[in-house]
Amino acid sequence: MDTQEKEPLFSAKTWRLLTNPINKGNPITVLVLGICSALAVTVKIEAALVMAISVTVVTGFSSFIISLLRNTIPNRIRIIVQLVIVASLVILVDQFLRAYAYDVSKQLSVFVGLIITNCIIMGRIEAFALGNKPFPSLIDGIGNGAGYGLILVIVAFFRELLGSGTVFGLRIVPESWYINNGGFYANNGLMILPPMALIVVGVIIWIQRSFNKQLIEK
Amino acid sequence: MNKNSNTYTFLYAAVLVIVVAATLSVTSIWLKKPQEQNITTEKKLNILLSVGKGTVTDAVDDKDAYINTQYDTYIVESFIVNGNGERMSGNAFEINMKAAYEEIKAVQQAADNEQPTLRANLNLPIFVCQDDDGCLKYILPIYGAGLWGAIWGYVALNDDFNTIYGAVFAHKGETPGLGAEIATEAFAQQFIGKKIFEENTFTSVKVMKGGAAKGNLHGVDAISGGTITSQGVEKMLYDCLNAYKAFLEISKR
Repeated sequence: MDTQEKEPLFSAKTWRLLTNPINKGNPITVLVLGICSALAVTVKIEAALVMAISVTVVTGFSSFIISLLRNTIPNRIRIIVQLVIVASLVILVDQFLRAYAYDVSKQLSVFVGLIITNCIIMGRIEAFALGNKPFPSLIDGIGNGAGYGLILVIVAFFRELLGSGTVFGLRIVPESWYINNGGFYANNGLMILPPMALIVVGVIIWIQRSFNKQLIEK
Repeated sequence: MNKNSNTYTFLYAAVLVIVVAATLSVTSIWLKKPQEQNITTEKKLNILLSVGKGTVTDAVDDKDAYINTQYDTYIVESFIVNGNGERMSGNAFEINMKAAYEEIKAVQQAADNEQPTLRANLNLPIFVCQDDDGCLKYILPIYGAGLWGAIWGYVALNDDFNTIYGAVFAHKGETPGLGAEIATEAFAQQFIGKKIFEENTFTSVKVMKGGAAKGNLHGVDAISGGTITSQGVEKMLYDCLNAYKAFLEISKR
């Protein structure tokens, strides 16, 4: 990373790599990548947050490692090399979760393993890391992971609040409001089901585009 | 060196794979201890949950300590029996139910004349829970196959060795939202009060597609969309409880 000395560590350009995917280049709402896991793990915020962190770690480090190796990788086995790196990072994340966040790792079950298939990761490696230096690649990966994670947590917030009446497992809607306890309120069961995640993502896209007119396709 | 040559490609792939394999093995060995600790604690928790204990685990700060204390308080005895209901020596907690399940399957598939020997060699763990009111509950571990992988659980029987006091199920990787629903409290609670013997005939508990009739003491509702998993639960209950049959019958008298 000797070239980093020529420009400051966080120049405006690097900073944009981090912030752009959070809004204008968001992998979920703008590029529409990684939707499957956004449906699956957003019932509870805790699970969504752990998933977001896991994906950020994997996108960041896979981009970084591939970028380090980019001049040595034989072109014919390029995709396989990328897959091996991504897969082993995912296994590492899975092992760490099993050791230190066992309950969440059980909730996420197969979806941790399925991070491998998340289009964002291979997308960023192919589109960015193969042609850029390691540090910007790391930042780009983290930015994209964070952009993905942000949407995941927003979706999970609404699904958990409206579907279970809790946020981070803490009760927000008072027990006494519920019909069972003589109140007037019932949880929206539809929120727990995957289709609602799509609708919430749709609403987020709508709101985002009404603020950012240049995102609207002609 | 020419990056597009076959030699380079092969060498590159070989080195990469070796480096990755080494990294993964080192991490696996390094993290083995906390992972096994988690599995042991979870096993204790599942045993406790089958008798309705340890339910406030999420509300305590030190989960591991809480589960260990609860386990030591309520689980007063554990022992191993064989297929004839005779006590065996050994540590019941250490018994791997997967191995026990293989042995149970071997008994089923064996020829008639080999069955007695095999049955006498079964190692079936039993955990005894003493409730606050002094009543004893007998917790039998069960193990079987679901759709994608293993399913297992614990069935707690009252001291009539017939009525189910509680049950808990877990799975390795059933479909979330469908088969995975067997691990929910709602599914497990259906088993409370069911009986595994009709008079003196072993019936087990059926997991019925389309729902069990109200008042059916030997059936519970299956999971919609989780047919194979539901059938797996039914077969697991039948096969494993059947292996304990001799012990249950002797104890009933």
